[in-house]
Amino acid sequence: MTLNRRQILLLLPAAAIAWDYVLADNPNGSPNYKMSEHWWGMLIDITKCIGCGSCVRACEMENDVPEGYFRTWIERYHVSDWHIETPEVDSPNGGKEGFLPGKAEGGKNFFVPKMCNHCVDSPCSQVCPVGATFHTPDGVVLVDYDYCLGCRYCIQACPYGCRFFHPKKHTADKCTLCYHRITKGMTTACCEACPTGARQLADLKNPNDPIHSFLKTHSVQVLKPHLATGSKLFYNGLDGSVR
Amino acid sequence: MEGFMYPNEVELQWSILIVLYPFLTGLVAGAFILASLERVFRVEEVKPTYRLALLTALAFLIVAPLPLQLHLGHPERSLEMYLTPHRASAMAMFGFVYLWYLMAVLVVEIWLDYRRDIVRLAQSCRGVKGLLYRVLTLGSYNISPAALRIDDRVGWIITLIGIPSAFLLHGYVGFIFGSVKANPWWSTPLMPVVFLFSAMVSGIALVLLMYLATCAMRRVAVDMRCLDTIAKYLFYTFVIDFSLEMLDLIHRIYEADESFRSLDFMVHTRLFLSQILIQIFLGTLTPLALLSLSQIFTFSVAVRRRIYATSAILTIVGIFAMRWNVVIGGQLFSKSFLGYTTYKMAFVTREGLVPAVALMILPFVILYVLIKVLPPWQEESVVVAEAHGDD
Repeated sequence: MTLNRRQILLLLPAAAIAWDYVLADNPNGSPNYKMSEHWWGMLIDITKCIGCGSCVRACEMENDVPEGYFRTWIERYHVSDWHIETPEVDSPNGGKEGFLPGKAEGGKNFFVPKMCNHCVDSPCSQVCPVGATFHTPDGVVLVDYDYCLGCRYCIQACPYGCRFFHPKKHTADKCTLCYHRITKGMTTACCEACPTGARQLADLKNPNDPIHSFLKTHSVQVLKPHLATGSKLFYNGLDGSVR
Repeated sequence: MEGFMYPNEVELQWSILIVLYPFLTGLVAGAFILASLERVFRVEEVKPTYRLALLTALAFLIVAPLPLQLHLGHPERSLEMYLTPHRASAMAMFGFVYLWYLMAVLVVEIWLDYRRDIVRLAQSCRGVKGLLYRVLTLGSYNISPAALRIDDRVGWIITLIGIPSAFLLHGYVGFIFGSVKANPWWSTPLMPVVFLFSAMVSGIALVLLMYLATCAMRRVAVDMRCLDTIAKYLFYTFVIDFSLEMLDLIHRIYEADESFRSLDFMVHTRLFLSQILIQIFLGTLTPLALLSLSQIFTFSVAVRRRIYATSAILTIVGIFAMRWNVVIGGQLFSKSFLGYTTYKMAFVTREGLVPAVALMILPFVILYVLIKVLPPWQEESVVVAEAHGDD
């Protein structure tokens, strides 16, 4: 087969794109990112959350979260007087469109953003029969969608209700801490969208991360500490009524 | 939905198929333990049910993993559980415990026990049937008294290994639920023990019913000595099972931890029918009362037979309700303890009622085939049955 000048000219752009792809190696890779240098968590400041739902919407758009399921959501608490064991909680559509006005009197109201706690001793990864849920060396709990059986044991094992069964992938799904972003030096979609800075991505291995000074000067708490899951989601201003 | 559920909790993850899984494995373990009574503990009275119990266990064991398989989001990946098991997972070991029990215990024990019959049938049958039995002999036609003695000895050892294996199989199923610390309805160290005893109860009740049914179908007199003994064991194991469940209940009520209010509400509302009425009153207290009456008073053969059959049916219904209450009940409340959801069973979908009913019928079809291929009736047992049928 012989190629004439016209055919070669037509093929050149295609060849250039192919060569570029070969040089790029893995297009999703982050060549300068060293997993051993990071240990990810998040700081959530309840005193700053206004329940606008921007984080939920940003997460949905960034991660193509199916309708009716949530990788992150916001709960609104109403606690009247001393009844901290029986708070009134709602989360209409995960707080995605914000909240209608609630009870203004007779107690306190506050918002609690929730998401995967990226636990160090995560019950979800412990129970996975094939190890499809795993810990990355930089402290993020991920699901291998090409490996997950869809047995849903992990969904049962998560004490925080962070996992769901993806209706299209037929696997377990949950927050990835925007791993595709944080390994490229960006923050998560929810942190980026938060207008008040109530969510802060934290690199616990980075001595210059502001999380360290914050933790030293504030009373922070994790959800359900009695379950000893090693949660890395630190809440500032967490009320005793929050479940 | 009532109160507050975490948004992802509204959808129930484990359906009626997962109710079937512990129910079926429980029947397997119970039937096997009853069979081993005769073999290891030399309880001669239950001999007429020995082979029937083994075949029942095999038929149900073959079906036991099917509801799990049907439930998976990616059934085609299920082999990964064998190839790359995650050792920290309670569920990952299911495949190995199951295979061990199926291949190393049940199939070997049945083969050894039937070897003499298989060889004789291989020599007398022709055509496809003959070929089947010739394959089943695995090439061994030696049925000399010395060879049969070895079979018997090895069979005894296998049964001895089989008892802890049966305990392992079902205790382990209980552990799958009992080790979920996120769920207070499941998370109790008593769960494997309760599962084990309820398994024995349901398995013994099933074999009792199968024995009565096969006797009726074959128009053979029921060996009442055998039936009385099975009923006695059913009663004893049921008393232990009920005590354990009550211990769990009393412990929960007295301790009344953070989950108690939520669980208590659930038992009094959504689970009232299946837990209080069906499981406890109909499926536990009624058969226990009937069985205890038969232990205290002497009734005629016909009355005893009816009492035993009724008790066994109610027992199986009660144990099914117990599995239901564990699996479905454990998902009806929020892990926030602030709300409740409901389970709407689908009908013809993959996890609906129709496949569940089909999976319940399937073991009986398999058992029918097994009985045709490997008739469990031994001549001597028929003789014994006739001898004791009219006492």
